Amino acid sequence: MKTRKLLAAVLALAMALSLCTAASAEGAIKIGVIGPMTGGAAVYGTAVANGAKIAVEEINALGGLQIELDIQDDEHDAEKAINAYNNTMDNDTQMILGTVTTNPCIAVSAQAFEERVFMLTPSASSPKVTEGKDNMYQVCFTDPAQGVASAEMIVEKKLGTKVGIIYNNSDAYSTGIYQSFIVKAKELGLEVVAETTFASDDNADFSVQIAACKNAGADLVFLPIYYTPASLILAQAKAVEYAPTFFGVDGMDGILTLEGFDKSLAEGVMLLTPFSAASTDEKTQSFVGKYVAAYGEEPNQFAADAYDGIYALYTAVQNAGITPDTPAEEACEKLIAEFATLQVSGLTGELAWAPSGEVTKVPYVYVIKDGAYAKME
Amino acid sequence: MITFLSYLCSGISLGSIYAIIALGYSMVYGIAKMLNFAHGDVIMIGAYICFCATQYWGMAPITSVVVAMVVCTLLGVVIERLAYKPLRAASSLAVLITAIGMSYLLQNSALLIWGANPKSFPSVVSIGSISLFDGQLLISGETIVTVLANIVIMIALTLFTGKTKLGKAMRVVSEDKGAAELMGINVNATISLTFAIGSALAAIAGVLLCSAYPALTPTTGSMPGIKAFTAAVFGGIGSIPGALIGGLLLGVIEILGKAYVSTELGDAFVFAVLIVVLLVKPTGLLGKKVHEKV
Repeated sequence: MKTRKLLAAVLALAMALSLCTAASAEGAIKIGVIGPMTGGAAVYGTAVANGAKIAVEEINALGGLQIELDIQDDEHDAEKAINAYNNTMDNDTQMILGTVTTNPCIAVSAQAFEERVFMLTPSASSPKVTEGKDNMYQVCFTDPAQGVASAEMIVEKKLGTKVGIIYNNSDAYSTGIYQSFIVKAKELGLEVVAETTFASDDNADFSVQIAACKNAGADLVFLPIYYTPASLILAQAKAVEYAPTFFGVDGMDGILTLEGFDKSLAEGVMLLTPFSAASTDEKTQSFVGKYVAAYGEEPNQFAADAYDGIYALYTAVQNAGITPDTPAEEACEKLIAEFATLQVSGLTGELAWAPSGEVTKVPYVYVIKDGAYAKME
Repeated sequence: MITFLSYLCSGISLGSIYAIIALGYSMVYGIAKMLNFAHGDVIMIGAYICFCATQYWGMAPITSVVVAMVVCTLLGVVIERLAYKPLRAASSLAVLITAIGMSYLLQNSALLIWGANPKSFPSVVSIGSISLFDGQLLISGETIVTVLANIVIMIALTLFTGKTKLGKAMRVVSEDKGAAELMGINVNATISLTFAIGSALAAIAGVLLCSAYPALTPTTGSMPGIKAFTAAVFGGIGSIPGALIGGLLLGVIEILGKAYVSTELGDAFVFAVLIVVLLVKPTGLLGKKVHEKV
């Protein structure tokens, strides 16, 4: 009986405390963050949440307009993402930073479009995310933009003449870049000698794909994929003594911070990315320092995109005169008007937005030298 | 021709990994008559422990493998004790579902402990690769070690179950638990021992898997686990040499399918094999047909 009373007291206290936190949140702009915090894609969701938290801490420390985040887990699942969206809307969220991954984002943005809730995704890069939805904006490059820029860069800098490609055709990101790359490559007269695919993020054996590129005599292998499979490809290519130029996109960023990775494998790898934790830029260094101190690892581009996303929302909210009492529908219309002219200088470059929701910023090519990024001019 | 041989080599190196996982699967199924779907995740835990031992605790590769084996053995026994033993009398479906639940529990625990970021696993194998035909054909040190480990484990397990008292006790338990109990065999201890051995094998498999394919995440074990299960069924589940043959063949089928048909369909070939085997020869290549006595 005694324990039961004690339990009741504890629960009552917990309830009182939760009421307190809810009360203290009043007077803050409420931003919902939706992404995979657990499950196979958790690496991206947690990076976004962490990057966003750092931006919010900085902003709240300034005084003035306060921001509160409501972080929801979607496990990289479209259905769960809808639940996460409904949860956060029940918590009086005014706008959404998310969702992190493409398929859930397509599902959630459709509903947010109906309900007039403004969404800014840090990282869902398919054009399908923004297609036909005026309330949906991106911080990251679209996939086709990356494919086109990569092809142009390879031709312009004469990085290779015969190109092999290994991409993940179960992944919208990878396939999207591949498709626009191949079109642009043809247009520029770049010879593509091998196109190979793999069908799952869990795929571990790339011997066949590497052999296909090697046998076709490719001197540059384009890898529009994430760094985990890329690290396997680099290791397996070395095992068969195949050493072309490897060219990656922003998904390749992070390979040097992969724990236990033999950096010599990445020597000479090139990548096209708007963000690099190794950049000497002052703003980037401060962000990286805070991130490492708080989470014990270097931030990737997802964290940087989320950080920029929060600042973009913060700037737009201030310009549009949105207050913590503005309902989500009204905030949505104001933000749409504001994003048409919004310019933000962020970690991933100078950001501005097209009415379609697509971002315009400039990517850089980095080459890995002595285990560090060096900017290629 | 050289191209074909190099594909064959890749197939064998992939297959030897499947085989070593399948050995553990088959062993546990053969004795305890249950599909331990958490086997793949014990592999993943083994790989993480080995990773921690070499990277954080500064141990030599060999000692780290031993540490991983010890931890996995304990883990296997604890899992059996907590999750499977209370269900000894329950239907096999209940045990199967518990095993799937255990699999998710292990994956998410790993996510909590080690985080979602992948880790690159430094190979524990220090011998170099063998080069044939003027370097046109390369066989990696990991492949050689894995194939050798397979053969050693297979012989050791066959001798253990055939010659030793404990091994014989295991076989008796697998045939008839009730009768085994009447003969004075401690059924619970025997099944625990089976899980201990199976989990120690899982640790070795995890280390070799990640040495060959060095990306380590909390879901690393699940796909190879399922494929190894297919390999075990292919070879005849419960049969120890069957696991080895099934694993090797499956690896070769997967690589040749990828090489000559389509790289996208690699996984499809593997599971097509499972379906065909179940339709044509449900007991697998080396499986024994057991008549149910009424």
